[in-house]
Amino acid sequence: MLSPKEIKRLDQEIALVPTRKSACIEALKIIQQHRGWVSDESLRDIAEYMEMSVEELDSVATFYNLIFRKPVGRNIILLCDSISCYVMGYKKIYQHLQDHLHIKFGETTADARFTLLPNACLGCCDHAPTLMINNDLYKDLTNDNLDEILKEYR
Amino acid sequence: MEKPLTQHISSNHPWLNLKDYTNVGGYQAVHRALKSMTPEEVTKIVQDSELKGRGGAGFNTGMKWSFVPMDDVRQTKYLITNADEMEPGTFKDRLLLEGNPHQLIEGMIVSAYAIQANISYIFLRWAYKKAARIIEEAIAEAYAAGYLGKDILGSGFNLEMHLHTGVGRYICGEETALLNALEGKRAIPRSKPPFPQVSGLFGKPTIVNNVETLCNIPHIVNNGADWFKALSMGSDAGTKLYGISGQVNKPGLWELPMGTTVRELIEEHAGGMKPGFKFRGALPGGASTDFLVTEHLDVKMDYQSVAAAGSRLGTGTMVILDDHTCPVGFVHNLEHFFAQESCGWCTPCREGLPWTEKILLSIENGEGRLEDLELLEMHTKYLGPGNTFCALAPGAMEPLQSGLKYFRADFEKHIHEKKCPWDEQRNGSHLY
Ligand SMILES: Cc1cc2nc3c(=O)[nH]c(=O)nc-3n(C[C@H](O)[C@H](O)[C@H](O)COP(=O)(O)O)c2cc1C
Ligand code: SF4
Ligand code: FES
Repeated sequence: MLSPKEIKRLDQEIALVPTRKSACIEALKIIQQHRGWVSDESLRDIAEYMEMSVEELDSVATFYNLIFRKPVGRNIILLCDSISCYVMGYKKIYQHLQDHLHIKFGETTADARFTLLPNACLGCCDHAPTLMINNDLYKDLTNDNLDEILKEYR
Repeated sequence: MEKPLTQHISSNHPWLNLKDYTNVGGYQAVHRALKSMTPEEVTKIVQDSELKGRGGAGFNTGMKWSFVPMDDVRQTKYLITNADEMEPGTFKDRLLLEGNPHQLIEGMIVSAYAIQANISYIFLRWAYKKAARIIEEAIAEAYAAGYLGKDILGSGFNLEMHLHTGVGRYICGEETALLNALEGKRAIPRSKPPFPQVSGLFGKPTIVNNVETLCNIPHIVNNGADWFKALSMGSDAGTKLYGISGQVNKPGLWELPMGTTVRELIEEHAGGMKPGFKFRGALPGGASTDFLVTEHLDVKMDYQSVAAAGSRLGTGTMVILDDHTCPVGFVHNLEHFFAQESCGWCTPCREGLPWTEKILLSIENGEGRLEDLELLEMHTKYLGPGNTFCALAPGAMEPLQSGLKYFRADFEKHIHEKKCPWDEQRNGSHLY
């Protein structure tokens, strides 16, 4: 069931667009913000409210890599694996993350503290290698500064 | 040397708010255009300036606008800023968005006026969180000052502006896929024609322009077409944001006259290659451009000159391939990106890119055969221009075809030696 708070936010977005359906990506974003990810149950709730079929909404949800259709940890690490970061050694950073967090791309730590995902170019290639944790960008990564960065996230 | 786009942006200062921006002459172009020019005159001056789109394709901006139907004054039209910047190796629009958002907003108001659009969007990629915060604030300031909303400066012109943040996928940057994303659909490109100028967002006439393109507009309106053309040292007008990433001493981003040479960019602005690293090649304008190599160091970085050298200016942000990095691994990384980001609509792209990626990986791992090189060449033809709905697959083939041409000996060495020759001197990019 959608909460009154969620419904309020959805209505705000629906008011901005010509057809109800066209707010469906915004709807997915809002629900993910509130619930952390989009479960099958959430998907059904949204589809009903947006007056679309669950299948149609899922086809949209699964198209976009930052809509999470699986549970994720409290903090999401997006490590850039694109070309400038490749040249500047993102794989060393990836190795370090694997050694410390014991997870690979696509996995979540047992304590749900971190989910680790690869991401395409973060648009900060002159300071490669780069990663984002939640809304924060980190650049010029080395194994040393990485440890300091991770400490900030509980 | 004039740097109209970045002159007021400094890494030591926060972004220019409305007051800062108007103090340095901001919003004069809105006054000029809305009060003393017709929409057609604005389009004409932009067309005369020979400004070409900075999103990668390099199409004449004023010409693009001139295809928008202007007869029905009540028709809804849209102007959209493409701020999806996701081309690997590209980091230019971020600076303009985070440093001087009102310059973009002003460019959008003037451009919307030229095509008589009353609704505008900034389509911003998810990762640009800081830019989102800044733009949100700047739009609110512009509304409060009467530069957005109803009857702007008493001109009778109305414009609404919305910020839309994406949820990932490179393909959202392709302008018709972007329209589908804004409509709440899967971001799959549309078959053209009809072009968005005639039938775009929700079926209405729409112009999509890149951030850097639109940031140029206020300056052209204020200073004129001839001034803009005179900024260049090459065969295309204006300045350009050039960037360099890779193993150079000072990777970075610089606004320079259009037509600055590859050599000047690398040696002067980026401070040359890092000690111990040699230049082998560069993608001049992001992941989907053909390699330039040593023989091209004196090529001018403008649309025509880079095209004459067999590549594309693209986004103008260069990625350097150095001698410690395996060219096969480099191209594999690119094709992995493209295969992952294919929207899946057309078969050559959906099936061909993963195949390309797998072949490259097997060569990189020392399991390749000589026939694989022919197979890769076949892909560069079948996935090339004309066989797909959008430019993603042809773009993906550019570094592959030129990589096969310029670094063929390296590809063959992998196959003959059954291993990657760079395996022993790992610089971190070859851990697996
Ligand atoms: C796969 C793909 C991705 C693209 N991504 C972007 C992008 O992130 N930003 C951009 O401005 N243009 C991008 N483009 C180019 C746009 O389709 C379009 O040409 C451009 O936004 C037009 O603006 P301009 O004329 O000002 O360059 C992309 C094109 C393709 C095929
Ligand atoms: S070329 Fe690729 S990305 Fe473009 S429409 Fe076809 S499948 Fe989609
Ligand atoms: S390639 Fe990693 S930030 Fe651009």
